[in-house]
Amino acid sequence: MSVHVGEAASALPFPEAAKKLVANSQLRRNVRHATNVIRTKRGRVIAEMDDWEQLRDSGKAIKDHTLAHLDEYLLQFEAACTKAGGQVHWARDADEANRIIVDLVKRYGSDEVIKVKTMTSDETRLNVALEAAGITPFETDLADLIVQLGEDKPSHIVVPALHRNRMEIRELFMKKMGLDSLGYQPEDIAAAARNYLRERFLRVKVGISGANYLIAETGSVVVVESEGNGRMCLTLPDVLISIVGVEKVIPRFEDLEVFLQLLPRSATGERMNPYNSIWTGVTPGDGPQAFHIVLLDNGRTKVLADPESRETLDCIRCGACLNACPVYRQTGGHAYGSVYAGPIGAILTPQLQSMEHSQTLPYASSLCGACYEVCPVKINIPEILIHLRTKVVDSGHAPLAERLAMKGAAFAMSKASRLSLAHAFARLGQWPFNDDGKLDNLPGLLAGWTEFRDLDAIPSQSFREWWSKR
Amino acid sequence: MVISLFITCYNDALFPQTGQAVVTVLERLGHTVEFRAAQTCCGQMHYNTGYRHDSYTLLRQFLDVFADAEVIVCPSSSCVAMMRDHYPKMAEQLNDPALQAQVAAILPRIFEFSELLTDKLGLTDVGAFYPHTVTLHASCHGLRSLHLGSKPADLLKQVKGLTLIELPDADQCCGFGGTFAVKNPDVSAAMLSDKLQCILGTNAEACAGADNSCLMHIGGALSRQRTGVRTVHLAEILASTEKSS
Repeated sequence: MSVHVGEAASALPFPEAAKKLVANSQLRRNVRHATNVIRTKRGRVIAEMDDWEQLRDSGKAIKDHTLAHLDEYLLQFEAACTKAGGQVHWARDADEANRIIVDLVKRYGSDEVIKVKTMTSDETRLNVALEAAGITPFETDLADLIVQLGEDKPSHIVVPALHRNRMEIRELFMKKMGLDSLGYQPEDIAAAARNYLRERFLRVKVGISGANYLIAETGSVVVVESEGNGRMCLTLPDVLISIVGVEKVIPRFEDLEVFLQLLPRSATGERMNPYNSIWTGVTPGDGPQAFHIVLLDNGRTKVLADPESRETLDCIRCGACLNACPVYRQTGGHAYGSVYAGPIGAILTPQLQSMEHSQTLPYASSLCGACYEVCPVKINIPEILIHLRTKVVDSGHAPLAERLAMKGAAFAMSKASRLSLAHAFARLGQWPFNDDGKLDNLPGLLAGWTEFRDLDAIPSQSFREWWSKR
Repeated sequence: MVISLFITCYNDALFPQTGQAVVTVLERLGHTVEFRAAQTCCGQMHYNTGYRHDSYTLLRQFLDVFADAEVIVCPSSSCVAMMRDHYPKMAEQLNDPALQAQVAAILPRIFEFSELLTDKLGLTDVGAFYPHTVTLHASCHGLRSLHLGSKPADLLKQVKGLTLIELPDADQCCGFGGTFAVKNPDVSAAMLSDKLQCILGTNAEACAGADNSCLMHIGGALSRQRTGVRTVHLAEILASTEKSS
């Protein structure tokens, strides 16, 4: 089995990628504007809920319970979905999922597919596999379409084109759709997308989707969205194939009551998603007449096996942690080198794939706690970041200079007498860098500090020295 | 009341004036301050950076030093958060019931400086005088972990001569984050730049806070950019009186 998460294995380390992105003033403006708009809307619709905290607790309890019995609920889902006319496929990793889907599309004789709401297919790099097999994928979610036309990468798990502004999108559409003129208003740009997509919705015979929830009890699949493009993708083709991570299952239909409140309010600041599609297998004469679902592991069971971080799989992909994160708000999603950006990406990507990759992601956080505060299922992201940092250090992957500095500090702190000695050494050591009481050009690990900030010279008397002479 | 001061490692070496200010305020209020010289560090830097095993040693050392202290005050919100949020978990990781019991027993006796004054001593007016315009940085750990809320501001509002100006976007991290600031210097600087913009927008003479680690980061940039605005720990403002200023 080989797990890969998009192209994360070959991504730049976070600090290097971020350095380039924070220099892009337009991108930072776009990301800040978009995250501010969503945060404000979210704040408004959550403030009106008296039972928000109880909803969060319920969401967490349902997810934790499901994960503890994941095998049973998945088998229950398989039985119910199969009984309703769906066909369930199990995929151990990304390559296996892609192979299953490519074979299915070929079997149904199509050389094109329409796609919607499937970040999981970005995780498996399904489009690359489809194209290699001569099958053309068309993204139909507006933001995914923008990303696809721009040969770009998604930068947010709910709003993949959040890093682009309206004028950039208008220009892209004119170029890629071959338009001579296009208005500047949102409705003009939406109309261009509608014209472009409508023809494909009606023509293409195979649809590929993701899912927000699988319901074990009924074998149903749930997709929520805002545009209605998903509804068309889910209902118009002859064949529908859904690719879904195994952690998306919930036990009962009535559990949706909790998640259909938590998700839209957290994700887009809406009270309810405009389109909530729920289907169960195949309904003769209505919608796709063949339904396949690919249940994907790709490292998820490995995450499940770690009691300190398994709650990562509680995630309902609302993106609230991205919008709240002061790091994400500076860099946007591309710095994370993965389809999963922001705080959740910083804990999910390194866990799914081997820890040799993405070692800098657990450190891409100031541990400010804003993510934990907004998470609708109360995932303690800062705690998991620290857990993963420990794994980086314990596996010997931390930089040598850092390890030495930490060992030195631990030695000095282990006894007060050593600490006093360390104070004296530091005072001696700073003199070449001391510029009139300010240290402004330190070497080594501290160079990153003095690149942007001064440091006051170490005072001649520590507190303990002052106290002892009192 | 005998109050034991946990100065914290970085305040000890870099900000002795903060510790002196804590002593001044508490003695002025009629309490006895003790300083246990065997103390060193809470272990936050090691724990948060992934050097968990080194932090275990520091946890045990802290407990040894302060085991019988009646009340412990610490003028650093992030260090108190480290102890409150992580010590129970660390004792659990070590699978040591005796240690777990020790942690559970000591935590209710540890107070961040503004908590000690407002919650434990029931004071907001400590007789301070500071004739300056000040804004207040909340610090993420104070805000989200200790839930200090209005406690630091309540104290500042009672200081004679002080004009407090609310800092916009106070819930946003300044970008310090311990080793984050050196491991991710560019993002840290970008976050800091937003924070400076808010601080400078208030036109305050000084930015106060309950955590010198954030203030060292903010103050370092205020200095580098020659803004003429300084940072100051809450305790130092509260220590200042008409006589001393």
